[in-house]
Amino acid sequence: MGQCRVIIVGAGPAGVRCAEVLVAAGIRPILVDEGRRDGGQIYRRQPEGFNRSYPTLYGTEAERARSLHQTFESLRGSIDYRPETLAWNIFDRQLYTVSARVSKALPFDALVVCSGATDRLMPVKGWHRAGTYSLGAAQIALKSQACAIGRRVVFAGTGPLLYLVAAQYVKAGAHVEAILDTSSLWKRVRALPKLAARPRVLVNGLSLMRTLRGAGVRIVTGIEPVEIHGSPEDGVSGITYRGRDGSTHQLACDAVALGYHVRPETQLADLARCEFRFDAETRQWLPAVDQDGRSTVPGVYLAGDGARVLGADGAEIAGKLAAWALLQDLGRPVPEAERDALRRERGVMDRFRQGLVEAFPWPAEQAARLPDEAIVCRCEAITAGELRRVVNQMGACEANRAKAFSRVGMGRCQGRYCGHAGAEVIAHAAGVPVEQVGRLRGQAPVKPLSIAVREEVE
Amino acid sequence: MNARKADVIIVGGGIMGAATAFFLRKRGMSVILLERGLIGQQASGVNFGNVRRMGRPIEQLPLANRSRETWLKFKELFGDDVELLLNGHLRVGFTPAHEERMAKYAQDAKDFGLDMQMMGAKALRERFPYLGPEITAGCYAPHDGHANPRLAAPIIGRAAVREGAQVFENTEIVSVEKDGEDFRMTAADDRTFRAPVALITAGAWGDRISAKFGEPVPMIAKGPQMCVTEPVPYAIGPTIGAIADVFEQVVFFRQVARGNIVIGGGGHEPVDLENRRAYVNPHRTLYKLKNAPRVVPAFNHLNIIRVWSGIEGYMEDSSPAMGPSARVPGLYYAFGFSGEGFQLGPGVGDVMAELIHTGATTTPIEQYHIGRFAKQAMQAA
Repeated sequence: MGQCRVIIVGAGPAGVRCAEVLVAAGIRPILVDEGRRDGGQIYRRQPEGFNRSYPTLYGTEAERARSLHQTFESLRGSIDYRPETLAWNIFDRQLYTVSARVSKALPFDALVVCSGATDRLMPVKGWHRAGTYSLGAAQIALKSQACAIGRRVVFAGTGPLLYLVAAQYVKAGAHVEAILDTSSLWKRVRALPKLAARPRVLVNGLSLMRTLRGAGVRIVTGIEPVEIHGSPEDGVSGITYRGRDGSTHQLACDAVALGYHVRPETQLADLARCEFRFDAETRQWLPAVDQDGRSTVPGVYLAGDGARVLGADGAEIAGKLAAWALLQDLGRPVPEAERDALRRERGVMDRFRQGLVEAFPWPAEQAARLPDEAIVCRCEAITAGELRRVVNQMGACEANRAKAFSRVGMGRCQGRYCGHAGAEVIAHAAGVPVEQVGRLRGQAPVKPLSIAVREEVE
Repeated sequence: MNARKADVIIVGGGIMGAATAFFLRKRGMSVILLERGLIGQQASGVNFGNVRRMGRPIEQLPLANRSRETWLKFKELFGDDVELLLNGHLRVGFTPAHEERMAKYAQDAKDFGLDMQMMGAKALRERFPYLGPEITAGCYAPHDGHANPRLAAPIIGRAAVREGAQVFENTEIVSVEKDGEDFRMTAADDRTFRAPVALITAGAWGDRISAKFGEPVPMIAKGPQMCVTEPVPYAIGPTIGAIADVFEQVVFFRQVARGNIVIGGGGHEPVDLENRRAYVNPHRTLYKLKNAPRVVPAFNHLNIIRVWSGIEGYMEDSSPAMGPSARVPGLYYAFGFSGEGFQLGPGVGDVMAELIHTGATTTPIEQYHIGRFAKQAMQAA
């Protein structure tokens, strides 16, 4: 058999299930992963020497986590696994990886990008202060190192992760000062028919709420964050928010976990030159994929939350579907009945996904009200006022033009954290729909690359 | 036909076109500036940002000096800050041959006000202690510097608009012809523009238009390979360029006021002229990252956070086509600056406006006349 060179990026649920299907078909893929161990973000494994149990670490998802980790262990001898390795570029059908300051160019016939998702963030005045974390970062601290981000933590934003991480903090014995949700209860009630597409997940969600209420955590909905207070020396000292009735409230805290659901990590798809489409529901540009994860570039497949945010079990399905799509494109047989069943299952999950989008909407309108002095781009310390200035005075109504003039999106995160909010600020200032603002063009490296890197030929 | 009319039509809104539009308005001529994308989006916007005279051909220094005068008055003339930092330009070499080359240039250019100083290894390391041990000699030009190319041409373009130039962005010209006394330009959406004088400042696309008027030029489009580090405390001072015997080994860098270090060099890549996209080849990035610490070893402690490229037009003889057409009355060119146009831009605008307005210029540019290529072709035939 002529060996097909397949690379999978990401050892989370999508990447591991993809590898499983490919190995069963006789392919030995390279599995590149940034993490020190497999599992991705959601099923992140604790470092050696830590001994928390599966139920402690993963709660209701303990069995899924165990199953994924076991599958990975069983594949170890059949895959070329490269942990602690960053995929930093794609060029001329080669994936560029870097590990321990050695860069390698790996040629591929097929590439499956399972890059996962990170927090979607809306700036708030003062969010650059030390002690402000994304929800994902707050969760990593707990899962990996058994640390909390502060002694009195406020969780602010919206989305399922807001409640999940807060509940995990409560269970771990951390003090949660409050949960401040920008969405309203009414929106959640209205989304119930769609959320009911996945009764088990809905029940888990409701049980989280019970845990939080049982622990006496204050939950306020329909709020708008106004300012995170603090000082450069001591970091965060409190947060002010506006309630549903317009009144303002202040809470003392030493850490804020912030997030508005999650967004796919699409840089590799961009560097692979995949086409993107505007998704009106979530107001963001996403790589175009067919139902099995084929991108617009032949031989490049996108699976899991890095393409569409369906959560961990949706990612497991997407990983398998992408692997079958890849095999089919190679002229190999695929188990059609099983594939069709998974496609249907994913259809149900997609209905639930829409429910989440409606229940916990991206608060685009906040961008318009962001005070001029609030920082939008934390990497380059650029304020909303400066971004509005390049729109209003310099005519930059497109994302890349505004980036060229203002540097918003030009720093070390390359717009992954400020890009969506920046686009909303531009759209409002320019008076155009956000899709017309376009999207930031991705540039290598995906994450900062040491100048001490050296090239090695395999 | 409802054509827009002016004294001059400029095709191409890079720094050359925008500056010419501005200076023509200052001379009272009406101007239409046509740009396919946005002002300063291609070579003018993505280049390294060198505002350097040192190293230019001696015969180009009068033009570079004229441009320098405009750079020094940039904010006053064009109304906005371009992050100009005049901390000098330092060229460094690794061999006696490099030193000899620098010394010869310093001698040849001594009458042009660059005030270059040759420096030996010891003096270099006293003044610039971060330089690597392999560097044996340098030449310092204290008055040169750098600016932000993403801002420069758009600022000049906005200033031209304030002065009354009609600037049409997102205007793709599909036909260019001389129709009796007038040039007639037609856009993809059928708008037409007329003027008795036309100036082609279309950069890497300039040869397509000159060829339509019977004046093909030997030019190819290439993409520079840039990268930038995260911001670090300001420490470097001058723009620094390292001589190398292999073109790909050349590296040059500058630190912007907020601390990031922009690193150029590593050769060029082919570009996609149709889709107007240029990409960075990661091999070139890695090669450059290998060479840069030879100049500043401490670079090994930094990260690069972004790479970019763009589309530049390179003439076979590395010199632009600048001046009147050899064939068509009323037609002028200023393109093909071969990766060295940013510093010249404001001066080119000033000179072209003078030339178009008065029929002559006090700055010598005869050597850039487009007719030189036809002569070469005839001699070759």
